[in-house]
Amino acid sequence: MNESKTRAPHEVQRSALDELRQEPGSRAQFLKMVGGAGAAGALSVLIAACGGDDEKDTSSSSGSSSSGSSGGGASKADLEIVNYALTLEYLEADFYQQVLDSGEVKDKKVGEVAMEISENEQEHVAALMATVEKLGGKPAARPTTNFDSVLEGGEKKILETAATVENLGAAAYLGQAGRIKSKEILAAALSIHTVEARHAAVLNQVVGKTIVPDGAFAKPAAMPEVLKAVKPFIKS
Amino acid sequence: MSKIKMAAPELAHVQVDGMTREAFLARSAIAAGTVYGVATVGPFVREAIAQEGGGDLEILNFALTLEYLEAAFYTQAVKQVSGLSGQAREIATTLRDNETEHVGALTQTIKSLDGTPVKAPGVDFGEAFASQGSFLETAQTFEDLGVGAYNGAGPMIESKEVLAAAGSIAQIEGRHAGVIRLLRGEQISPSAFDKGLGMQEVLDAAKPFIKA
Repeated sequence: MNESKTRAPHEVQRSALDELRQEPGSRAQFLKMVGGAGAAGALSVLIAACGGDDEKDTSSSSGSSSSGSSGGGASKADLEIVNYALTLEYLEADFYQQVLDSGEVKDKKVGEVAMEISENEQEHVAALMATVEKLGGKPAARPTTNFDSVLEGGEKKILETAATVENLGAAAYLGQAGRIKSKEILAAALSIHTVEARHAAVLNQVVGKTIVPDGAFAKPAAMPEVLKAVKPFIKS
Repeated sequence: MSKIKMAAPELAHVQVDGMTREAFLARSAIAAGTVYGVATVGPFVREAIAQEGGGDLEILNFALTLEYLEAAFYTQAVKQVSGLSGQAREIATTLRDNETEHVGALTQTIKSLDGTPVKAPGVDFGEAFASQGSFLETAQTFEDLGVGAYNGAGPMIESKEVLAAAGSIAQIEGRHAGVIRLLRGEQISPSAFDKGLGMQEVLDAAKPFIKA
């Protein structure tokens, strides 16, 4: 996804309209969900709807789309995206766990924020793992992380790194939105995306940075860029 | 599309001339919703069909209405709330500027898709500007609502470009929501998942602030 294109919505080009594709089954399932089931509900709808029978791309399936059992448009590509998100969430969850364990965050209010974020990330990990499994995929292995250099830097360094990681996480989700085929997985990803956004802005505020570093329109980040940025924290 | 069995056959013969491709696809999807007997899409279907082709344009105009409300809210707040703390004023000013940019961008996007942007609604924010506390409380309502609105609309958007734009704005609403909540000493996120709200649900929540 071209960053400059998403930065200013009025610059949208229609040249990519041929990329449009639609799975009526997934659309219908999404519409059912819109009634207020919510995002956590969306995940269970997705999980219930998808059974365990497909890594195949259902867009090429000739089965009846009205049965609602065709996997909701989930594809192998979607699974890869969910596993990518899972990897990032593993990192985040590990990071906050180590931060909290270190006792380096002394400020009570900031500590509460870190605790809340930590819990959110753990929920994201659990939900994404369950999603991969229910889609018949294999959840990405939990990476071994190393945040020693950050933890040794003390509270300021920790919070600045947390802000960096959250801003990156938000950009990573935004970068995948247009690539996700299944409407249910898209709904789930969007529901996590804005939570990462909340974290990012709050941490920016805490460390004295602008809450909207990209201005009024957040920029996406592509997978290679994100993976490169987190690489220093992955030991294996 | 041919796979969809029409429960409402008249929708299969809607005029497609002059419609954007995405609007046409969206209308087909709405028809699909009808097939599946989804009661909750009822109001949306009626409005979408009644207006200019529905689909992405309908969603963009829905978003524009919300952004108009938010922009007006912060514009008035910066002028009217007395005794705003330095931090609250700075944030309110940033939010005002962001929402105003969203209004401008959505207006242009709608025009670029050959749609007609909705007019700015009349607004009435009641006693929201009586104090910093009441201002922030209402701001939180708006921002959480905005997040839910974009997250609910996102999967219904046909065009990848429009989805990217909506996601880009949704992230900003999420940022606003988090910071307002931080300022109020609230949980920064009411849940680990920001649930998507239905369009009607959002409009109902926004209604008290709309003065015809």
